[in-house]
Amino acid sequence: MDFYFGLAQLIGVHTLLGLSAYVVLLTGQVSLAQAGFFAIGAYVAAMLTVLAGWHLVPALGAAALTGATTACAVGFPALRVKGLMLVIATLAFGEGVRLFFFNFDYQIARGDVKVGPLGGEGFRQIRFFPENGWTTLEVMLFIWIFVLLVMALLWWLDRSRYGAVLRAVGEDELAAQSAGINLTAVKVSAITLGGAIAALGGGLYAHYATHIEHLSFGILLATFAIAYPIVGGLASVFGTLAAVLFVQGFLVEGLRDLGDWRNLLFGALIVLAMNLRPRGFLDAGNLRAIKRLFWGGGRGAP
Amino acid sequence: MALLELQGVSRHFGGVRAIDGLDLEVREGEILGLIGPNGSGKSTAVNVITGLYPPSAGRIAFDGRDITAAATHRRLSEGIARTFQNIRLFGGLTVWQNLWVAQNSARDRAARGFLSRWMGGQSGAREGIGKLLAFAGLAGREDELASNLAFGEQRRLEFARALAAKPKLLLLDEPAAGMNAGEIADLDERIRAVRERGVTVLLIEHHMELVMAVTDRVAVLNFGQKIAEGTPAQIQAHSAVRKAYLGGDH
Ligand SMILES: Nc1ncnc2c1ncn2[C@@H]1O[C@H](COP(=O)(O)OP(=O)(O)O)[C@@H](O)[C@H]1O
Ligand SMILES: [Mg+2]
Repeated sequence: MDFYFGLAQLIGVHTLLGLSAYVVLLTGQVSLAQAGFFAIGAYVAAMLTVLAGWHLVPALGAAALTGATTACAVGFPALRVKGLMLVIATLAFGEGVRLFFFNFDYQIARGDVKVGPLGGEGFRQIRFFPENGWTTLEVMLFIWIFVLLVMALLWWLDRSRYGAVLRAVGEDELAAQSAGINLTAVKVSAITLGGAIAALGGGLYAHYATHIEHLSFGILLATFAIAYPIVGGLASVFGTLAAVLFVQGFLVEGLRDLGDWRNLLFGALIVLAMNLRPRGFLDAGNLRAIKRLFWGGGRGAP
Repeated sequence: MALLELQGVSRHFGGVRAIDGLDLEVREGEILGLIGPNGSGKSTAVNVITGLYPPSAGRIAFDGRDITAAATHRRLSEGIARTFQNIRLFGGLTVWQNLWVAQNSARDRAARGFLSRWMGGQSGAREGIGKLLAFAGLAGREDELASNLAFGEQRRLEFARALAAKPKLLLLDEPAAGMNAGEIADLDERIRAVRERGVTVLLIEHHMELVMAVTDRVAVLNFGQKIAEGTPAQIQAHSAVRKAYLGGDH
C-alpha cells in the first residue's frame, strides 16, 4: 500500500509543478524556469524546518513567498523576450538555480552530526515527517490538501476577470494591449503566482523525499513541468491533473520494466499525443461533452 | 477644438516611409474620414496613434496632453480605442469575456479597487456589457466563443469591444471590409449612434459611399503624406485626389 501512497505523493507534487506552468502558459509564455522555483522552494522549506526548527506549514509559506519573489524578479527581464528566446532564458535561469545549489554549503552542527545542504552531496536528513511520526498515508493526505487548495484557487481564478485577462493575453498580445491590458503587469503576476505554486510543490517534495540534491531539479523536471499543461490542454486545471496521472501513473510507473527505453517511449508518446490532440487531451470541446454526460444539455456557466 | 493632434509624425520601416511628416487634427465630436490607396499608411497611422509603433519623428497630443511616448494600454485608458483591419478578437474567449476584459477606461479602473479590479466577479460589469451586447446585436450570444461567430458578428463584437473602454476617440480601420450592403447600412447607423453619445470617430474606409454619407470631413493619404483635406463634397471634386486615389477610372 505504501507504494501507492508514495506514488500519490509524487503525483500530487508534480500536479503542483504542472499547475505552476499552467498559469504561465495561460498567458502564452512557455517557461522552463518552473523547476528552478521548485528547487528554491525545496531548499528554503527544508532549511527552515531542519536548520531553524520551524513547523512545516509556515516553512511552506515562506518557501512559496521566496518562489514568488524570485519569479517576480526574474519575470520583469525574462518576459521582455518571447518565443524561443524566452524558452532559452528561462532554461538558463533554471540551470543557474541548479548550479547554485550544486555549490551551496550551509551546514550546522546538530549534536555530533552536521545537517544542512552540502553542495553536490545534496541536503540529507530532512526529517520533519519521520520525527513527528507521520505515516505515509498522512503525508500523502497532507500533500493532497495543498493540491486541492491550489486547484480550487486556480479554478476560481479561471472564472474571475483576471483569468479571462490571462487568456486574452495568451490569445493575442497586440489586441490585449489595444484593449487596455497592461501586458507586463499581467505576465509578471502570472509568473509570480506560478513561482509560488512551484515553490510550494518543491517544499512538499523535499519533505516526503527527505533527501534533495541538485540533480533532481534539472532539465528533465523543467520539461515535465511544461509538458503537463501542454499535454493536458488549457481548458481547465483538470487537464494538467489528467496529464500528470497519465505520465507519472501510467508511463513512468506502468512501464518501469522497460528501463531506459521508457524515456524514449515517453518522448514518442508525447509527440504522438500532441499530434493526435494538439489542444491537449481535455480541450473545451470534450470538456463540454463530459459536462453534457453528467448534467444533460444545459448551457454551462460563462 | 482638436481632440487628437499629429504634428509632423513619421514612421519608417527600413527604407519604407509608411507615414511621412503627417499633420492631422481630429476635432472633438466630429467623424473624420481617412482615405487613401492601399499601402498609403492609413493602418500605420492608427498603429502610431495607439502606440503599437513608436513614431520615427513628430509628436502626438490627445486631449491637450502629449502622448507620444505613452504605452498602448495607457492610451486606451485615456480614451483612444480601435478596431483592426483584420479582425483580432480573443477567439478562445466567449463574447462576454471579450467585452469584460476590455473594460479598462480610467473611470472603470478607478471604480474597481485593486483586488476587485482583477478578482471581482461579473456583477459590476454586467450592466455595461448588457448594453454593449444589445448595441452590437449580440444579445443572447454571450456564451458563444468569439471564434464561432459569423464574420459580420465578429466585426460587431470588435466594435463593441472598443466601446467597452468608453473611449473619447474611436479609430475604425476599414470596418466595412467584407460586409454586404445591409451590414454596411447597419454600420452607418452604429457609427452615427456612437457619435450621438459624444464619441469622436476616425473612420478609415475604402467604401466611398459610406465615407461620403457619414463623415464631416475627409483627409486623404498618399505615400504616407496628406494630399488633401476637406468636406466630403470638396474631396470628391478634388483633382489630385481623383488622380491618386480613384486612379484612371474617373
Ligand atoms: N510592420 C511593418 N513592417 C514593415 N512594413 C510595414 C509594416 N506595416 C506597414 N508597412 C508598410 O507601410 C506601408 C503602409 O502600410 P499600411 O499602413 O498598412 O497602409 P494602408 O493601411 O493604407 O493600406 C506599406 O508599404 C506597408 O508595406
Ligand atoms: Mg490598412
